[in-house]
Amino acid sequence: MENALNEKSFQDKIDEGISIEPKDWMPETYRKHVLRQISQHAHSEIIGMQPEGNWITRAPSLRRKMVLLAKVQDEAGHGLYLYSAAESMGVTRDELLDQLHTGKAKYSSIFNYPTLTWADIGAVGWLVDGAAIMNQVMLQRTSYGPYARAMVRICKEESFHQRQGFEIMTVLSEGSSEQKEMAQDALNRWWWPSLMMFGPPDEESPNSANALKWKIKREGNDELRQRFVNQTVPQAAILGLKVPDTDLKWNEAKKGYDFGTPNWAEFKNVISGNGPCNKERIANKIHSHKEGAWVREAAEAYAAKKNKASIAA
Amino acid sequence: MSDNQGILWEVFVQTKPGLPHKHCGSIHGHDKEMALQNARDLYTRRNEGTNIWIIPASEIVASSPEDTGSFFEPANDKVYRHPTFYKIADGITHM
Repeated sequence: MENALNEKSFQDKIDEGISIEPKDWMPETYRKHVLRQISQHAHSEIIGMQPEGNWITRAPSLRRKMVLLAKVQDEAGHGLYLYSAAESMGVTRDELLDQLHTGKAKYSSIFNYPTLTWADIGAVGWLVDGAAIMNQVMLQRTSYGPYARAMVRICKEESFHQRQGFEIMTVLSEGSSEQKEMAQDALNRWWWPSLMMFGPPDEESPNSANALKWKIKREGNDELRQRFVNQTVPQAAILGLKVPDTDLKWNEAKKGYDFGTPNWAEFKNVISGNGPCNKERIANKIHSHKEGAWVREAAEAYAAKKNKASIAA
Repeated sequence: MSDNQGILWEVFVQTKPGLPHKHCGSIHGHDKEMALQNARDLYTRRNEGTNIWIIPASEIVASSPEDTGSFFEPANDKVYRHPTFYKIADGITHM
């Protein structure tokens, strides 16, 4: 009875647009849903450093190297904002990292694709960050307060990411025929995985109904995907590149593009751990965590020693 | 499971001299110097601050959401604390 009352007033708050804060009562299913989403999001930021970090040492100029370093550092920061938001639900940082390292927690499947050429860094900024921004702009008004506030910070920082990617693509597509080919090849490989970033079609997405009811998300996967296509196709045209979709066609009636269906079998396969880089990404993450263990231990020992000294004094 | 990421600190940033510090998020750090530097690296990478306060999250004392109604109730019936409560003759300015 009490639970039913709680649930009613919880849903009323959501419907009125009042944000849910860490100490507020919330249904266990809501807590689990939001926590899973924030943790996946945090892990995606952290694992997402790897495909781009891969090119820091080989960036074609000092300017590009500084920009890429700053961008990868931002991704680390975004991961930290999100881990803190997750921790407000009572989970520890170590538990979150452990879930990532053991494969219990997932991250966005896009980061299991390799960055083979410099043009991939352009495509990642333009398409992957572009798709992420579309999702994140919506999440600035998500119902869980700490998550929404993290998103506001992230969105402020994210727009330079997409611009720097588009700039790389612009330079390449105006360059030699080899450079233009490289840009086209990157678009070919990143287009479909980028569309998959919005998740499976709503009618097949097990979480969509609750996510909308609880205003964790405010728009469905298909709606966001459509907006991304509408926004991105003209940008590809400006670059003089061809979107690799033979079904792509302007639909005047819906004022948007009709487009083909992503390969959802591939999506499921990559999510389940069989993408080109899943094993490498997690192995790298675990390795760097282990390599950093002595730093954490030393910091802990130093803090303990100073604590003791201040108590004695 | 033990957490060896350091304790959790809440971070408050002053964005300009003269303005109040505003809560902007949390940070992990083993001691206050490290936590302060981490907060700088995380929250002021784009000149967002002129000053930072940090405080261990465990030291924050907060009112509890379930008591919100009764806790803030004393202010509810004191409309005379607002300027709009008072009738002022037409034509009076600068008040």
